[in-house]
Amino acid sequence: MFRYIKLLGTFWSTAIAAEMEYRLNFLLATLTSLGNFVGSLFGLFLFYRTGYSFSGWRWEEALVVLGLFTLLQGFSSTFLAPNLNRIVNHIQQGTLDFVLLRPINSQFWLSAHTVSLWGLPDLCFSLMLLGYAGSQLHLRWDNYLLGSIPVLFGLVSLYSLWFMLGATSIWFVKIYNVTEVLRGLIEAGRYPIVAYPAIYRFFFTFVVPVAFLTSIPAEAILGRGQLPWLAGAGLLALLLFIASSIFWRFALRFYTSASS
Amino acid sequence: MFSRLLRITKVLLSVYYAYMLEYRAELLLWTLAGVLPFILMGAWMQAAQGGQFGLTPLDFARYFLAAFIARQFSIVWVIWEFEKEVVEGRLSPRLLQPIDPVWHHFISHFAERFARLPFALLLVGFFFVLYPEAFWVPTLLNFVLFLLAVTMAFCLRFVIQYTFALFAFWIERAAAIEQFWFLLYLFLSGLIAPLEIFPPLMREILSWTPFPYMIYFPAALLVGLPVDLGRAFLVVFAWGGTFLVINRWLWRQGLKRYSGMGA
Repeated sequence: MFRYIKLLGTFWSTAIAAEMEYRLNFLLATLTSLGNFVGSLFGLFLFYRTGYSFSGWRWEEALVVLGLFTLLQGFSSTFLAPNLNRIVNHIQQGTLDFVLLRPINSQFWLSAHTVSLWGLPDLCFSLMLLGYAGSQLHLRWDNYLLGSIPVLFGLVSLYSLWFMLGATSIWFVKIYNVTEVLRGLIEAGRYPIVAYPAIYRFFFTFVVPVAFLTSIPAEAILGRGQLPWLAGAGLLALLLFIASSIFWRFALRFYTSASS
Repeated sequence: MFSRLLRITKVLLSVYYAYMLEYRAELLLWTLAGVLPFILMGAWMQAAQGGQFGLTPLDFARYFLAAFIARQFSIVWVIWEFEKEVVEGRLSPRLLQPIDPVWHHFISHFAERFARLPFALLLVGFFFVLYPEAFWVPTLLNFVLFLLAVTMAFCLRFVIQYTFALFAFWIERAAAIEQFWFLLYLFLSGLIAPLEIFPPLMREILSWTPFPYMIYFPAALLVGLPVDLGRAFLVVFAWGGTFLVINRWLWRQGLKRYSGMGA
């Protein structure tokens, strides 16, 4: 376990050092994040502008959901996209062999090898938004502490889904657009799940678990989380994580190196 | 002269159509990745039942379906391909050919529309099975105007993105410009909500920018929302013309700078 943490330190400091060479890119990423942030707020404002509100969600409460959605975006561009979208390259170029030969868990290596600073602006904006909404709603630190547990579950669920889709590249090779489909569906997490009609709610809870990514953690932060849903979020994260590991080992059985 | 042009177009079209057909699975996934209008449709239909937005849930359903279709027809990715060609030096052999390299891109985009059409139609069919009450037939006039508008939308987006792509001669990551522009497009084009919902002043300002003419304008024509046709054509031609002039100038300047990696 300790060895893995030490490895992470080495991996990430190398990755960050490499990215620091492209400071202009980082500036552009920040501008893009800012634009995305303003646009997201505007999209939500269009609903609330005329006095309408999602049932049971005040403007500030809906902001918490948007904050968590921005957090997910930052998390995916910092950790998920740079690592998991590269599985394809490893398979195309046959370099997966080298990963498999290393004396550490290959899923860990593929999932944690690099970080990108591009998601940092998103993470900052999300914390700002959560902080602002929280102060308007007089939330205390224990609200956030309690809320961070289902947030963590959500991140694990998202990671596992993304990893499994990435692993399908062993069969299909090109999967950039499979993860794009996932990203497209996750857009539903911008708004609380009650903003959608009943069929959507069913779909985004039980088929693509978007509700567990933003709405349920947001309720926990607001202090109205319900235990069955929180337990469900934990169970879902656990099951998806185990599934991703099993799926990876299953997929590897079909891997034939590109170079031999 | 003219028959030669026609022949070249026909050959390029059939080549790129065949090429695009090879990536059917990918096309299907790209089509599915554009589900955002359908997601927002759900939220807005729900909202229209309770709030005062001036549009009924049915209006929203039709609008977002039309927005989805309009988007499918105006998707452009030339900047990523052009950037790669410049950085990897693959532009060099293209320059030796007696036609401007832009036509390869333009026609491959155009041909892709036809390869994409069956999937988009399938989704539209699926939509009407789920929401039979949303079914409508646009008037012939509106349909023809929609086709015209969607073609203009595609050309406008193409010329703007190709202009940004030319910056690849100077900076390595021209696609970053497009990524920023895309945000404006995403939030201001009417993709996230029909412009009727926007604050009136903002709507007035937006109608002088190119954005609403990429999604909102064709979509509104298809569902029969009132639009200012005259202004639309004026604005589209003005922006299209401006970008075309900048584009040709950048192209000439860029070629002087281009030294073709490996050429």
